[in-house]
Amino acid sequence: MILKPQLQDLKNIGYYSGKIIIGIGLTMLLPMVIGLLFAEINPALDFLIATEITLIIGLILTKVCFTEKDLNWMQGMVVVSLSWLAAMLLGAIPLYLSGHWQSYLDACFDAMSGFATTGLTLVQDLDHLSYAHNLWRHLIMFIGGQGIVVIALCFFTKGVSGAFKMYVGEARDERVLPNVIRTSRFIWLVSIIYLIVSTLALGIVGIANGMRTINAFFHGACIFMAAFDTGGFAPQSQNILYYHCLPFEVITIVIMILGAINFNLHYRIWTGDRREIWKNIETRTLCITTAITFLIVVIGLSQVGSYPRAVVMFRKGFYQLISGHTGTGFATIYARQFIDDWGALALAGVICAMALGGGTCSTTGGIKMLRLGIIAKALQQDLRRIILPERAIVEQRLHHLKEIFLEDKQVRAALLVTLAYLALYGIGALVGMLYGYPFLDSLFESTSAAANVGLSCGITTPSMPAGLKITYIVQMWAGRLEFMSVFTLIGFFIAVIKGK
Amino acid sequence: MKRAIGYQLSAISLIFSCWTVCYARPLSSTELINKAKEYDGKSVVYAGEAIGDVMVRGDFVWVNLNDGENAIGVWLDKELAKEIQFTGSYQTKGDKLEITGVFHRVCIQHGGDMDIHAQNIRKISPGKLVKEKLDTVKRNFTFILLGILFLVLIFVRRRGSRVAIS
Repeated sequence: MILKPQLQDLKNIGYYSGKIIIGIGLTMLLPMVIGLLFAEINPALDFLIATEITLIIGLILTKVCFTEKDLNWMQGMVVVSLSWLAAMLLGAIPLYLSGHWQSYLDACFDAMSGFATTGLTLVQDLDHLSYAHNLWRHLIMFIGGQGIVVIALCFFTKGVSGAFKMYVGEARDERVLPNVIRTSRFIWLVSIIYLIVSTLALGIVGIANGMRTINAFFHGACIFMAAFDTGGFAPQSQNILYYHCLPFEVITIVIMILGAINFNLHYRIWTGDRREIWKNIETRTLCITTAITFLIVVIGLSQVGSYPRAVVMFRKGFYQLISGHTGTGFATIYARQFIDDWGALALAGVICAMALGGGTCSTTGGIKMLRLGIIAKALQQDLRRIILPERAIVEQRLHHLKEIFLEDKQVRAALLVTLAYLALYGIGALVGMLYGYPFLDSLFESTSAAANVGLSCGITTPSMPAGLKITYIVQMWAGRLEFMSVFTLIGFFIAVIKGK
Repeated sequence: MKRAIGYQLSAISLIFSCWTVCYARPLSSTELINKAKEYDGKSVVYAGEAIGDVMVRGDFVWVNLNDGENAIGVWLDKELAKEIQFTGSYQTKGDKLEITGVFHRVCIQHGGDMDIHAQNIRKISPGKLVKEKLDTVKRNFTFILLGILFLVLIFVRRRGSRVAIS
């Protein structure tokens, strides 16, 4: 029998969602200030309007649903999934008001793409977008990448045990430090330090390459936010191709890789334990999958002969591959070139890389390296069982921050999430084909959306069907939250309707 | 007579061959990107608004021209670039330029970027600073919402219960 949610459930969900909504509203003040600094009056008004609406909703929710009770698991998961939807709807307001998005749905698409650190975009005339709106596009990647709830944990929560339930709901099942709030603060500390260093590096390279100082540092900050949070938005319509600059590409590759690494590994690096990088199963798996998928891309590109020189092929092939594998979505080629110049095999290599993703407890999407490592180890264990005598006890170990004996429940969990991702990629591809797009194009775009990558082969345009836009929004949302909180929300609504 | 026909045929074939390597009609960025193999290495005419920064690299500059569909990078001599006064951004409308140059699907000189190496540049229309007009509807809406927000804040504080921003 399904139990109908009680009033207390709704109050808890409403109260904590309200707090997160207030947090989102307050972050909108930053682009508003930037708008005022650059004398962009109307964009500043866009953000003031959005802030006011967001704060009104958040305050009413926290007042009406005020509670001192802590969250349980179901409530925590529902809060997370609802907060992400609210973030999309509210975060889209300033975008829509700018007039650079064809419809509110398009603005919602970009807001979800930003929060989920995907990078697919439906913006029009990006090259004339204000600094304020451009900052917001990148800031939502930074907020979404670190985790909307993580922000709330840092600034609005004072030691509630329910915090961990929201933290897990946001697809972060590992704590760096014993306490999730300290973990959240550590994540932000690391990110802010990288932000300062990388903005300086990209800004200096930008100035050296002829950009105006203000633009160089503004672009540097935006590109860092998009790269470290494996997002993929860029301030100009040509994405990274705009800069025509090798050092810029090299720096972004380094930031993308840093963004794809588990925050636990960052912590180990920061505390001087560098050996963990080489021992960790995620790093090893990432190296192996990068090598394999890059080999596929190289063979594919060689077959079609798109790039006449090996150096050029390496530069273009490796950049798009790393961008796809880390789930960033930066591109140094035009979307259409994937289809026209890359050929099916190279495209398949990129699709595989996108589908796999980066490290757990990082900002990447996709299946993730730890799960892939666990599945590979389980396969190895089964093979050993077949080869060795029946009486032999076969144990399988893996190293992830510590030595772990592989258990069936870990393998089951890894396989289930992997299966869910594969289904999500497949469903999106099917919807794309139903709208008349070719199989490979549909699979590429679907995988890019569901794994929160952002590379596009040209399907994602303002003129694409509304149904496909909604499909990709759902894929980005479910892919970012890794299903559990989304399934819980669906279950919650079923319980509201059918429960007794 | 035979000689005259021969001259005429030669002239026609010369015009035809020239036409295949040099496209006098300005091409759109979509045409160039979608038919990159066809136009690769050929002289093309492309027109668009200069956007972003004019990035100086030694004796040359990079300028990206957006024709309303996409932007394409143009590599041109620093002297030619002096003609560019405005580049497009939120507060400026960039100069609209028409360039004639060689299109590269994969430019070996520039790490495989798709670009155009310009030989000639012509300003079609000058850019300008865009004066922003205050949107009064937005301004009025801001004040209305501000009023509502204050009312909500009073409502939240009134009963003495805890406020969300604590």
